[in-house]
Amino acid sequence: MSRKSVEISVKAAERLNETLNAFLEIDRDGALTRAGEVEKNNAAGKLAGVPIAVKDNICVRGMQASCGSRILGDYHPPYNATVIERLLNDGAVIIGKTNCDEFAMGSSNENSAFGPVRNPWDTTCVPGGSSGGSAAAVAAGIVPVALGSDTGGSVRQPASLCGVLGLKPTYGRNSRYGLVAFASSLDQVGVFARETEDLARVLGVIAGRDRHDSTTADVPVPDYNAALSGDLKGARIGFPTALFGKGLDEEVGKAVKSVVDVYRDFGGEIVEVELPHASYAIAVYYIIATAEAASNLARFDGVRYGFRAEDAPELRQMYRKTREEGFGPEVKRRIMLGTYVLSAGYYDAYYRKAQQVRTLIKNDFLNAFKNCDAIITPTSPTPAFALGEKVDDPLAMYLNDIYTVTANLAGIPGLSVPCGLSSTRLPIGFQLLGPYWSEATLLKLAHGYLQARPFTERPKVHA
Amino acid sequence: MPITEADIAKVAQLAHLELAEQELKTLGPQIADIVAYVEQLNELDTTAVEPALGGLTPEGEKTDSARADEIEGSLGQQLALAEAPDPAAGHFRVPKVL
Repeated sequence: MSRKSVEISVKAAERLNETLNAFLEIDRDGALTRAGEVEKNNAAGKLAGVPIAVKDNICVRGMQASCGSRILGDYHPPYNATVIERLLNDGAVIIGKTNCDEFAMGSSNENSAFGPVRNPWDTTCVPGGSSGGSAAAVAAGIVPVALGSDTGGSVRQPASLCGVLGLKPTYGRNSRYGLVAFASSLDQVGVFARETEDLARVLGVIAGRDRHDSTTADVPVPDYNAALSGDLKGARIGFPTALFGKGLDEEVGKAVKSVVDVYRDFGGEIVEVELPHASYAIAVYYIIATAEAASNLARFDGVRYGFRAEDAPELRQMYRKTREEGFGPEVKRRIMLGTYVLSAGYYDAYYRKAQQVRTLIKNDFLNAFKNCDAIITPTSPTPAFALGEKVDDPLAMYLNDIYTVTANLAGIPGLSVPCGLSSTRLPIGFQLLGPYWSEATLLKLAHGYLQARPFTERPKVHA
Repeated sequence: MPITEADIAKVAQLAHLELAEQELKTLGPQIADIVAYVEQLNELDTTAVEPALGGLTPEGEKTDSARADEIEGSLGQQLALAEAPDPAAGHFRVPKVL
């Protein structure tokens, strides 16, 4: 990759932004300058000259970090997130910050204060969320890889709706230092790509213990690229029949079952598994995530950074007015819910109860993985839906996360892989879930599948 | 447990949100719906179950994240105030408390 590739990438981002609204900031000058520097000083970096897009809730020094919200005002972080430091040290060139649902809360990128992102496959449809901008940027061929964050599916679900790969690693695999916190026990930085080799390379660069994030684990980072070309023969794929029932779009169910056939044809063993508490996952998630969010978003108070409301001559009035004017409706809804479930008298009934059911969900997976190497599910119950279709029913919107939240609750890794198009030419993805630290296995399984069934379709809107 | 408008107003106060009249009216039923949905967790017997607190993975739990108690660099006053709405003379100035 070279200065030329970065320039092509920046041009594409600029040209397509009115149509897709994927980027909130495109740093033409910074990116080209950096590309020149990398050519001179770091041509041997593992990601030398690779143009990358970064979700706007991950801190990059000198670029904005709006988190898709008005409450950050014109905030420019004075530091790089650890994952960004690592990308830059290996020569990557960040071309811009991508649009997302406000504070990563959403499944359609319709909760951004800066307008929705449009799906490159059908611009009347959502790209998914909350990392819709990063998914769209990779799907449209603007950048080969992008960073997002995944708290309940926010990398995997938009990856599925946009026809690209999307990985959420094991909790503690990637540093959260510099990722604006939504739910601290669920958040992970994730990666989008079109090619497994690219995803593997980026993961290898950003993963690993970080002294700035005490929740990262002291687990060695393997060579993810070396593991890609392993044999599919003998791979044990867990199939949870109960999850393929009501509520799942027929075409999606069919497409994912075809994937199972491919693994079988290539010598894999299909094993029936049960996840008895999966149906409770959304309830558990929306208690834990909102409670942790209510706590994490308390820092946005107009005091030290970001937006501060005017006409508020008293301190607590300033807090209330700032947060009322600065936060959007979904964020306020979740803060309210989170505050409610943590309030005196309700903590045991809701938050503690949810954490107990979380243990049951986690144990379901640990048991299932005794008999298989990975579990296959759809990523999203439907392909991309129309903009505006689900905005009036928050609970209906939450149910988009039904296949993805379990991975965040259990802490296990999940990878969405494109496996076809619907009858209306919208992408369908399948999800691989694996035991802790099994990212290499998931990537190998994805790679093997894509060698057998390459996903060569291109969206209507592309670079 | 039905959620009243008074409950919603109290929660808004705890969350430091000054909700408009219309917002209070819409948010109330929405939150009540979601709370009703999450109450399905009461179907499950969790008497002997430990809450899933901590590092989630065994390796995460085992990782010792303590460091030596030594002074390291910090942002410094200039950078720390660079994004402040009202940096005054080297501190964050805020409206008075009544």
